[in-house]
Amino acid sequence: MFSPDEVLHLARLSRLELSEAEIERFGRQLGDILAFARQVEAVDTSAVMDALSAPPAPVHLRDDVIQPSLERDDALAPAARTDRDGGLFTVPRVLNG
Amino acid sequence: MTALELRDQIVSGRTTAAAACDTALARTAAAGRLNAVITEAGERARLQAARVDAQHGMAGRLAGVPVAVKDNICTRGLRTTAASRVLEHYIPPYDATVIERLEAAGAVIIAKTNCDEFAMGSSSEHSAFGAVRNPWDLERTPGGSSGGSAALVAARVVPLALGSETGGSVRQPAAMCGIVGLKPTYGRISRYGLIAFGSSLDQVGVFGTTVADVSVCLGVLAGRDPRDATTREVSVDDYLAAAARTADGLRIGVPSALVQDGVDPGVRRAFGAAMDTLRDAGASIIEVALPHSQVATATYTIVAMAEASSNLARFDGVRYGTRARGDALHEMYARTRAAFGDEVKRRLMLGAYVLSAGYYDAYYVKAQKVRALIRQDYERAFESVDVIATPASPTTAFRLGARMEDPVQMYLADIFTVSANLAGVPAISVPCGFADGLPVGLQFTAAAWGEAVLMRAGGAFERLTRWSSQAPPGPA
Repeated sequence: MFSPDEVLHLARLSRLELSEAEIERFGRQLGDILAFARQVEAVDTSAVMDALSAPPAPVHLRDDVIQPSLERDDALAPAARTDRDGGLFTVPRVLNG
Repeated sequence: MTALELRDQIVSGRTTAAAACDTALARTAAAGRLNAVITEAGERARLQAARVDAQHGMAGRLAGVPVAVKDNICTRGLRTTAASRVLEHYIPPYDATVIERLEAAGAVIIAKTNCDEFAMGSSSEHSAFGAVRNPWDLERTPGGSSGGSAALVAARVVPLALGSETGGSVRQPAAMCGIVGLKPTYGRISRYGLIAFGSSLDQVGVFGTTVADVSVCLGVLAGRDPRDATTREVSVDDYLAAAARTADGLRIGVPSALVQDGVDPGVRRAFGAAMDTLRDAGASIIEVALPHSQVATATYTIVAMAEASSNLARFDGVRYGTRARGDALHEMYARTRAAFGDEVKRRLMLGAYVLSAGYYDAYYVKAQKVRALIRQDYERAFESVDVIATPASPTTAFRLGARMEDPVQMYLADIFTVSANLAGVPAISVPCGFADGLPVGLQFTAAAWGEAVLMRAGGAFERLTRWSSQAPPGPA
């Protein structure tokens, strides 16, 4: 069980605006899921040395040569707000004042 | 008709790609009760069919074959939603590599299919476009997350479809819909253009009604792609030839400890009968141990949620997707992302939790260590067997709504499938009978790059039993 404050903290980290009903519901459900996930605690992993390389590391890096890519207009087309002439995505203000 | 039969008819001039395309589009419309489709691709399909007919004599391996594609795979100029409100109006500016390869082989993309939002789910109910229904029983789920693709193939609307897997999202719906579903080795098929969920687990998969059809489609899709650094330069075998081999001499491992409690009696019976059939055909059934698979679902939950929370950070309303109003940037982000469904929100928040300072070692690092042990279990087992057999799902298709309020019960639908994703190995589900009138799937798993032996096991079993020819009732 997660408290409302804990749920709101995770929502802030995840950039999610939640309703009151969601805060209550998720508090319960996230607790259930985490309790389930805690099964991994019981496994003896002392013999595992380097686990973070899983799966086998990709090794294919291309040569550092300029390749054709998306046209700028095509890349801008799916965005909600853009400045086409400037080739920019536009967003609300970041700083106050 | 299978994909191979249809392709032969088109190449020999007995029918045309245009006629096959029209039939598939009409069947798609008639199958509306399944809610399996998010966007029909009529115009694009007819253009491609005309191209195939115009190139008569240079026919590709899937010439004129209608294919449905899960809606988390990008199609240039054709809406791609990932079944999310956040991408409700997204028109990709590029094709996924698998789309390019399908069309280059002559396949005709008919529709984009419904699924769990961002492929997160096991029932195809977590969709912004409503739940998909199982053609065997409309009150039940088709499984998930690639449920729309599975339902369309099962209903014989199209002979082939693409899905995607992070933890069983092709094999489990294939089992619940009575068709064949393949998850290839990690790195076998390019994921360029697949909307990312868990990048160390994700792989494009294939649905068909026969192992032979799936073999041919795999051959078309497989191989290195410079645009996906995880794809490998590994030889692509003749999977169709492999699918024609017999089971005689095949060494099949069975982890009996896993096929016990929590597995429906009807599923166990069908699985046991399948092992008897294979033994009678000359295969040897050998006990193997996969001790760490007992905690595979818990391990998967941690790894997949952590990766999801990272991957889905990109859906912030800036570069694509819908954007909510907000006076400041962070307010706009949070309101835009409020449009995610419950399951996505749960995973994003828990992903953030398990990656947080103070919890990272206890959850994420620990899960990665268990994952290494799961992979080692497979490596050991494949020293003495060619494939490992289990049921693909512990139950047959469950009722719509039955697990929607209980996420952990929903995750347990994947107990037999997530291990292969964690280990990066290939696996296939093939129909192996019925329990209470609902299909049961038999899963074979092989060592990395062992798709050919999967096709052999699946193809041999299919010919011994003919479960694959069973189709659900319905207009298609």
